[in-house]
Amino acid sequence: MNGASRRPAALGALYPVVAVIVVLALWQGAVTLFDINVALLPAPGQVLSALIGSRAALVPYSEVTLVEILVGFGLGVVIGVPLGALIVFSDPVRRAVYPLLVASQMVPKVAIAPVFVVWFGTGLPSKFLVAFLISFFPIVISTALGMGSADPDMVRLLRSMGAGRLFVFTRLRLPAALPSIFAGLKVAMSLAVVGAIVGEFVAANSGLGYFLLFANGQVDTPAVFAGLVVLTAIGVVLYFLVEVVERLVVPAPLRRRAEESTATM
Amino acid sequence: MTAAQPLLPPDPLVEVRGVSKVFVGRRGASVEALRPIDLEIGRGEFLAVVGPSGCGKSTLLSIVAGLVPASAGEVLIDGAPIEGPYSRLGIVFQKDLLLEWRSVLDNVLIQAEVRRMDMVEARVRARRLLHLVGLEGFERNYPSELSGGMRQRVAICRALLHDPPLLLMDEPFAALDAITRDQMCLDLLSIWSERRQTVLFITHSIPEAVFLADRVAVMSPRPGAFTDVLEVGLERPRRLAVRETEGFTRHSGRIRELFEAQGILREART
Repeated sequence: MNGASRRPAALGALYPVVAVIVVLALWQGAVTLFDINVALLPAPGQVLSALIGSRAALVPYSEVTLVEILVGFGLGVVIGVPLGALIVFSDPVRRAVYPLLVASQMVPKVAIAPVFVVWFGTGLPSKFLVAFLISFFPIVISTALGMGSADPDMVRLLRSMGAGRLFVFTRLRLPAALPSIFAGLKVAMSLAVVGAIVGEFVAANSGLGYFLLFANGQVDTPAVFAGLVVLTAIGVVLYFLVEVVERLVVPAPLRRRAEESTATM
Repeated sequence: MTAAQPLLPPDPLVEVRGVSKVFVGRRGASVEALRPIDLEIGRGEFLAVVGPSGCGKSTLLSIVAGLVPASAGEVLIDGAPIEGPYSRLGIVFQKDLLLEWRSVLDNVLIQAEVRRMDMVEARVRARRLLHLVGLEGFERNYPSELSGGMRQRVAICRALLHDPPLLLMDEPFAALDAITRDQMCLDLLSIWSERRQTVLFITHSIPEAVFLADRVAVMSPRPGAFTDVLEVGLERPRRLAVRETEGFTRHSGRIRELFEAQGILREART
């Protein structure tokens, strides 16, 4: 329909690639030109060699952190989506849970992470629980928002046809809520990355957060940057995975509407 | 031949008996939306209810559909009292209420899904209905690709898919432009002439009511009650030109006079 207004895909992909190359070139040029101390700001080339040099640590540590992120995010989805739906459908649940929910978000996650270490040790659980705690709130809120967005007149119409609550939920509320839910999932995914690193910063003996702290302690700035590069790459890939799933799950007309509404913001 | 008394149809499908509605507000303050009203709609009759905004005519329709309980009185359809949503009917609202993520055909078919109808048969019937309203070739389109008039046609097809004996329409053309409205009225009459469903048609347009209906019930402002019920004896099938005939203007003039007497319409002060 709108193919005429769309640029060729190949050309569209060119813009970000060119932008990244320009930034890297400026960075490399500035470091060489002003002879900046490597402990202050390593050049992209030095970061690349640190990346290759530390790969023996970076690969397994990435795996650890990735598992923490995914388990935390997964818990956020499994608990957050039903909770968001429940808040819409049950007034008592909303009244009971809402204050607790808000309070749980007001607790600074950095402050609660040490408590998790005391409870669950320095292993995986204390990390993914921080990731979960930080990421499930936007999922709950966006789900509740989306479920509540169904037109009440549409609900009346379906009821007049003889539809039950389950039918109204599966055919109306859930599809109508999908764009909002996925908006929440994208925020939650980036927060889950933050949560895993916060958890590792507090107490850990593996993972990218641990790697960053260790390299920082050694004043090995190229290694710190290498760790950041890997972490950023993981975050970007996970974000796009959510987008891929969104494309598969959310029907096209709803996606278009969501895109239009974000375009006007 | 000015019909002053409600003429009772010999074989009523819908009987509204002393139905009133009082909404209780948040602070216990109650608002009377409908005064006790009586109404009978005959089998195969096209009855229009015309009244000013907020007179409770939509509330009346919701009560007939069983979506809103009456505060007093009762509604009988086919002799049986209505308790809870009544489903042997089709409803068209002012909003088309299409699901944006479903194609035109699938929007019509949701009626069949709710009712667990035979999907193969339903699909054939849906296509036939869409053809009838001039939407053949649009079955696979999404609602966002249609005009307002086309969307409302889809909503009408959806309301008719299960071939209901009763059709409730709540200002279905109010959001459309004048020319589209005229076309929709003509199309509605041609669909109706096939099956002669019993129709309760709510509107605030006097000419629309007179053009479409066998009888027009005129409502007063809130709390709503019928001030008069007019028999429209105009010949069917009706063409748009009927609106320029003397019979038509006599009926619409009578309704205007009723509105003026109620203070709903006033002449400009000179």
